[in-house]
Amino acid sequence: MLLLIPLLPLVGFLLNASFGRRVSKPAAGAIACGAMIASFLVSLVSVFRLIALPADARAIAQQVFTWISSGDLAVAFTLRLDPLSAVMILVVTGIGSLIHIYSTAYMHEERDAEYARYFSYLNLFAAFMLVLVLGSNFLVLFVGWEGVGLCSYLLIGFWYEKKSASDAGKKAFIVNRIGDFGFILGVLLAFVHFGTLDFQEIARSSAALGPEAAFGTMSLITLLLFVGATGKSAQIPLYVWLPDAMEGPTPVSALIHAATMVTAGVYMIGRNAVLFSHAPQTLTIIAVVGVATALLAGTIGLVQNDIKRVLAYSTVSQLGYMFLAMGVGAYAAGIFHLYTHAFFKALLFLGSGAVIHALAGEQDLRRMGGLKKDLPITYWTFLIGALAISGVPLLSGFFSKDEILYRTYASGHTLLWIVGLLTSLLTAIYMFRIVFLAFHGHRAEPFADAQDRHARPPQSGSHEAAHAAHLHDAPPAMAIALVVLAVGSVAAGYVGLPQALGGSNRFEKFLEPSFTAADVRSTPDVPDDGAATEGLELGLMAVSTLVAVGGIGLAFFFFLANPRASDRVASQFPGLHRVLMHKYYVDEIYDAAIVQPIRIVSEDGLWKGLDVRVIDGAVNDVAGTVGGASALLRRLQTGSVRAYAASLFLGVVLILGYYLWR
Amino acid sequence: MLLSAALFIIGVIGVMVRRNIIIIFMSIELILNAVNINLVAFSAQLQNNVGQVFAIFVVAVAAAEAAVGLGIILAFYRNKETVNIDEMNLMKW
Amino acid sequence: MPAGVSLRDFYYLLPELVLTGGALLVLIADVLLPRRSGHALAWITLLVLAATLASLGTFSGTHEVAHGLIAVDEFALFFKVVFLVSAAVTVLMSVRYLEIEGASPGEYYFLILCATLGMMILAGGIDLITIFIGLETMAVSFYILVGFIKPNQKSNEAAVKYFLLGAFSLGILLYGMSLLYGLSGTTNLRVMAPVFFGPETRHDPRLILAVMLVVAGVGFKIAAVPFHMWAPDVYEGAPTPVTAFLSVGSKAASFAMILRIFLEGLPAMVHDWQILFEALAIVTMTVGNLAALTQTNLKRMLAYSSIAHAGYILIGLVAGTPRGVSAMLIYLFIYTFMQLGAFTVIVLMRRRDVVGDELKDFSGLHFRHPYAAFAMLLFMLSLGGIPPTAGFMGKFWLFSAAIDAHYYWLAVIGVLNSAVSLYYYIRLVVFMYLKKDATGSEPSTTPALTVALAIAVVATIYIGIYPRVLFEIAEASARTLGVVGITAALP
Repeated sequence: MLLLIPLLPLVGFLLNASFGRRVSKPAAGAIACGAMIASFLVSLVSVFRLIALPADARAIAQQVFTWISSGDLAVAFTLRLDPLSAVMILVVTGIGSLIHIYSTAYMHEERDAEYARYFSYLNLFAAFMLVLVLGSNFLVLFVGWEGVGLCSYLLIGFWYEKKSASDAGKKAFIVNRIGDFGFILGVLLAFVHFGTLDFQEIARSSAALGPEAAFGTMSLITLLLFVGATGKSAQIPLYVWLPDAMEGPTPVSALIHAATMVTAGVYMIGRNAVLFSHAPQTLTIIAVVGVATALLAGTIGLVQNDIKRVLAYSTVSQLGYMFLAMGVGAYAAGIFHLYTHAFFKALLFLGSGAVIHALAGEQDLRRMGGLKKDLPITYWTFLIGALAISGVPLLSGFFSKDEILYRTYASGHTLLWIVGLLTSLLTAIYMFRIVFLAFHGHRAEPFADAQDRHARPPQSGSHEAAHAAHLHDAPPAMAIALVVLAVGSVAAGYVGLPQALGGSNRFEKFLEPSFTAADVRSTPDVPDDGAATEGLELGLMAVSTLVAVGGIGLAFFFFLANPRASDRVASQFPGLHRVLMHKYYVDEIYDAAIVQPIRIVSEDGLWKGLDVRVIDGAVNDVAGTVGGASALLRRLQTGSVRAYAASLFLGVVLILGYYLWR
Repeated sequence: MLLSAALFIIGVIGVMVRRNIIIIFMSIELILNAVNINLVAFSAQLQNNVGQVFAIFVVAVAAAEAAVGLGIILAFYRNKETVNIDEMNLMKW
Repeated sequence: MPAGVSLRDFYYLLPELVLTGGALLVLIADVLLPRRSGHALAWITLLVLAATLASLGTFSGTHEVAHGLIAVDEFALFFKVVFLVSAAVTVLMSVRYLEIEGASPGEYYFLILCATLGMMILAGGIDLITIFIGLETMAVSFYILVGFIKPNQKSNEAAVKYFLLGAFSLGILLYGMSLLYGLSGTTNLRVMAPVFFGPETRHDPRLILAVMLVVAGVGFKIAAVPFHMWAPDVYEGAPTPVTAFLSVGSKAASFAMILRIFLEGLPAMVHDWQILFEALAIVTMTVGNLAALTQTNLKRMLAYSSIAHAGYILIGLVAGTPRGVSAMLIYLFIYTFMQLGAFTVIVLMRRRDVVGDELKDFSGLHFRHPYAAFAMLLFMLSLGGIPPTAGFMGKFWLFSAAIDAHYYWLAVIGVLNSAVSLYYYIRLVVFMYLKKDATGSEPSTTPALTVALAIAVVATIYIGIYPRVLFEIAEASARTLGVVGITAALP
């Protein structure tokens, strides 16, 4: 039963990959969407069966086969459904289905073969993502982990004729290599330390040990795993790939680079909550990195002009929130935010996709404006998404974000809480900057001279009427997806209504078993007593509500009512504005660090040097990545037999020298 | 033993310094002969005839190898009209 | 030394005898059959290989044959299966390649069988003499095979280089072996082992010299840095199927030899050679991967990649535990298929006018031949160690064996290297999938090539998803080697 969930999209992939070029577009789209929807239905049935079980025995496992067995050690290919993975599969298949449907309309201009290729990648991605969240041990998870990465690169570089697209694909690939390097080391170390790769057994044996007071093996394991998570989930310092990944088709950005794949790092930490809980040092690092990323990305998002880039930085920022939640031990709150974020961020991306689609590929916010009239469905749904992400009360984002902030405050991290709140203000500002710039006001200038990405003939003149005639709101397939997601963005939060508002926080209760070891279940540390905490929670809610509304107000003041003001502020702080425009020069710093001659002093130096070069490769050709060393080695290969013989002999002499020296 | 060591070193140096393929090849034969001397000397010292058997095998195989090697060098010579090792640089880097 | 060889010995040598007879049969058939009957000869060769494979199954258990010259055990059996399968795939690859090149098939197949015979002897050899004979049977066959395309200058040059350096390294190896014989008084590895445990021989500088020379000699065979210089040139120049066989069969056989010599013959010197191999493994991995990054010729790139893979495999030897050895066997088995598969795709690209081994020949392959592109994608992912392909399983097991034996840094460097290696593997994928170029060559398939490709694809996926059987067999095979002795010798 569980196996069917990832298997259905896989079948869809195989069908489209083998026969896709021979069938028509509707058929290819139908295969892909059908596979996803079927998978969603199977997921729903599985989750209902899971809920029917008693609360502390909620897990369905299906061992597909024994993968490796060697002596006393066995790793099985086992899929396991527990509350955490239940949430994840519903998000992946549900939102995945919607995005598949949306794509049928969005990609309709592609040729048949390309269309089938697109859907086959999308289905393959879904299959790997489902393997990732259903896997019961690190090895199965890693299969999904690498698989989604591969699909992500292929989809980012989908429009490979565009150089920026294939460069972005390379960058994502390279940055993720660094992350995966840490991840696989963490997995290997965990394997040797615990003698198993099964999540439950690791949880059990780490629960038996006390939390590590000093930096020990568990801290090292968790830290290495976290390095993997920073790569996949775009956190400092490996976040640079995600904004560039927006070169892919917009539905891909929505599915992979907003709703699902990038949350894999968060999921992985949640999955190993018990292990991470026993490494407090790592948790602190995670919380700090998370909140720093949230702030950094939020400030960058403030001044970007590409609509998708703003959303990308917003994603990075929201992921930072999730890591903050993980870092302060509020795993359920983090997953809750992951879940609500999937709705509204997918909605925002799809909405921006509808805008881009209507404007024939235009992505620059400065060239948009006044679209409210022409794209009503897009406008209203986008507005709902923006309200949700800004944390306006009664929408989903409010509940989840507030939960994180409350838990941060409650755990005594006041500084982190303040930064989190500040980021929340930024979120509201940059989101409503998009809303006001794109949908309100007037179009600043005709977009006739815009680079036409779909190679349409240039628009003639600047007559509003001409545009109005051309502009069309989202076609039905896109509109359906938008509306469903908008409803989700409003309603999704109510499953986790906090107690302070009269709810019972069912979502967290549901997830709780996933974050505790099976045998040694401690009492959940959710403070569910006393009016004092409730009062505190309500107070904090009021503060964040004020912040959200304040942010929207600020955006209104700067970008709609008084657009000059924003320019004035920008010109008053030219340095700051420039720094933000250039994304803190991070790309440039990574770049410049390589231009410097690389000091290979010690093994450590070599290692770091290599990393710096590797990041540089994001900018240059992959082949030039470790260019220097590689070119040097090539020079050594002179083609002369005598040189080869000398090398052979040199080896002998070196070994001999070692023995004499010893 | 010393003789064999000396032969070995002469052979190794020969391989690295000489330019003519044939002479390099002869240097390699020197190395093999050094091995044979070693084997036979040890065999006599240890009163154990396995070493001599080994030496005979080495001689036989070296002969076969020489035949093949000369064939290869001949084919090379036909193509390139040279036996200078340094002119052999079609493939590098 | 008692004389005479009994009938029992011949029984246990049945596979080798079948193979020898078959090789002669091919030679005779070549004379008898009309010219241009390459297909028939290929069929005969395949039948011979199949018969040999079948004869392997006629007995089981561990035996020492011919007065301790050859061991017939599961370890040897494991390697023999690898050799026979890779020889068969090589033959499948060769049929059309030979037609295009216009080379005479009879001698070619005969030499392939001879090389296989040499490998089989090598895998079973537990005596320095047997090992030497096996090694030379294999090497001399390869010298000729590398230069088989006589009018081709590159092929010629590769043969001369391979021959000269091969003979040179053989001299070094033999010199080391002669010292080993002189110090122990025996050529039998199993008799030799206890002798060296004596306190006075153990620190004899001559013994250290001998170990060193043997390491250098075998290092050449597996193309470990700095003894690797021949590999890129020879791989590029040799006919592609020969390159494939050389990089797989010869390498596996050399690893079998290394395991025999060092684990069975020299466990006493474990501290000396372990550190040597550790350094070799690190340098080999790193240099191989770095050099591969900038290659534009695919065969050359795969040559460097195979150097790097030798480095990974050495990790298992350094770990020195039964788990390490079984990881080596597993990796060699997996490596065989992915490497052969990659070369099969290159052969696929070969046409009368295009060599098809340049990177640009592959650009846009996905659009011209999606199945070939997909197969290549699979092999590249597997070589790079991405799950769920077999290569990931192999690497995972090797690295975890290293960590298990407390070689943390070795594992870290290994993981780092495989991360680096992905760049050049994925570069090919980018060329195939994300570039559209009319310049690439049009692949054309034949049934034989399709079968070869199918074998490699199925094995790569199957082992990736269901490696259990392989793991169990490899563990059993590793156990028959005297590994227990070495772990006892460790501190």
